[in-house]
Amino acid sequence: MRKLLKTVFLVDLIQGLWVTLRNQHPKHIYTEQYPAQRPKIAERYRGAPRLNIHPVSGETLCIACNLCALACPENLIVVTSERNEQTRRKELTTFIYDTSRCMFCGLCEDACPVDALELTQDFELASYTRDGAIWDRQMLEEGPKPTRYRY
Amino acid sequence: MPETTFLDANELVLNMGPQHPSTHGVLRVILKLDGEKIRGTECVIGYLHRGVEKIGENRTYQMFAPYVDRMDYVAAVSNGLGYCLAVEKLLNTEAPPRAQVVRVILTELNRIASHLLWLGTHALDIGAITPLFYVMREREEILNIFEAYCGARLTTHAFRCGGLQYEVYDGMEQQAKRFCKAFLPRVDEYEELLSENRIWKERLINVGILTGDECKQYGVTGPVLRAAGVKWDIRKALPYSGYEKYDFEIPTRQNGDTYDRYMVRIQEMRQSVRIVEQAVEDIPSGPIMAKVGKIVKPPVGEAYVSIEAPKGELGYFIVSDGSTQPYRLRVRPPSFINLQALERMSRGALVADVVAIIGTIDIVLGEIDR
Ligand code: SF4
Ligand code: SF4
Repeated sequence: MRKLLKTVFLVDLIQGLWVTLRNQHPKHIYTEQYPAQRPKIAERYRGAPRLNIHPVSGETLCIACNLCALACPENLIVVTSERNEQTRRKELTTFIYDTSRCMFCGLCEDACPVDALELTQDFELASYTRDGAIWDRQMLEEGPKPTRYRY
Repeated sequence: MPETTFLDANELVLNMGPQHPSTHGVLRVILKLDGEKIRGTECVIGYLHRGVEKIGENRTYQMFAPYVDRMDYVAAVSNGLGYCLAVEKLLNTEAPPRAQVVRVILTELNRIASHLLWLGTHALDIGAITPLFYVMREREEILNIFEAYCGARLTTHAFRCGGLQYEVYDGMEQQAKRFCKAFLPRVDEYEELLSENRIWKERLINVGILTGDECKQYGVTGPVLRAAGVKWDIRKALPYSGYEKYDFEIPTRQNGDTYDRYMVRIQEMRQSVRIVEQAVEDIPSGPIMAKVGKIVKPPVGEAYVSIEAPKGELGYFIVSDGSTQPYRLRVRPPSFINLQALERMSRGALVADVVAIIGTIDIVLGEIDR
């Protein structure tokens, strides 16, 4: 009998509708208005790569040891270096990082002995050309410059 | 049922997929129809084949770890756990206790995330759009925990062979606890929306029945098996990563139809919350990485480890020839084996039910095609 009444008065449907109605309240709005509202990115986020430079002298921290290139499963980092005759140290000449093949696994970052290579919180990596996805040393040091929209 | 060929005049052959929204990816199902009735189905898979197992043979053990996340990308953490456990078994080491507890927390959160996504898409297939928005909201909280812990939301690469790379971040316990507390009422809310709803019941009850014996014959595991009344969960049967320490139940149901599978998964989410709550209570201190060298070079041998992934038994079989790369790596993906039962479940059903049945198996094409 109760079951019949429940069926006749659509209790099951009303119950569901009540849940929906409860969630209509503006304080339950969860959508992020993305370009206008920047998402909060976690500190450990593995996003765009960056080649760190010394904050004062502006010289690169990279010692051109090639460990990152060896650690990368996709083999997408190419490091070239030349030996400085005076200091007898290896110096970085070019550093090429192909973001289009990168899966942001973080293995290169873990391998770097001097924390020169780092995956940062930048996540806007889109570019109009395929070449734009291949980053050279300058790009890696400066970081991507995504369009900032104004509202 | 008499055998029929494709040329039979009474039979209509219909291609469902590969670009069909309710096949959850690029699955193509060839349906042989008699009016609205299904007389046979045939799955065509492989559209997403990337040769992950072969890639594994060309990478060192550590390098391959991020690739396993790309198989079942909805439950990347579980995949990583299975792989790391297999390598650890080859190396004859074990992750330290602290690492094991963190692993349990993350895999259980991942189980919830995977079941949530399943619930949303399954309900969407059947016509209930609302749950999808709600489950995404809850899943977001879990992904935020992943992001804060390891820096990625979907393809996490959270574990390394031998332990963990990342230390627990400040406030992870509180965040997980807060999530658990807020999540249980949410599950009740989903149940309020769906469990008693008459359309939901009409569409699910007695659809796609698979009995326990048939499940065993097909090798089906996971919630599909448990919904048919077989109490089999690897977390209990062959505990790994210290699952024997936690107090939880294996939810089972008797009928083995689509509604029961829905109920089992809902219950499993609650059990996962229980495990997470117990695990965050005491995370032991200590190291997070076992003594594994920078170069992983296991001795000659082979190892098979299976874990209870959200979708069923996920196994990794690795053969080592003593070098830094696996000689052969084979994955036992739960979705691939569970999908075989589609033929049995959809025989005699209606076209509209096929959508519900594909949804209820909870497949991820990345894992089927590998
Ligand atoms: S993040 Fe991974 S794939 Fe990308 S460059 Fe580093 S090691 Fe290679
Ligand atoms: S591992 Fe670090 S220091 Fe070595 S080459 Fe790469 S970025 Fe430079």
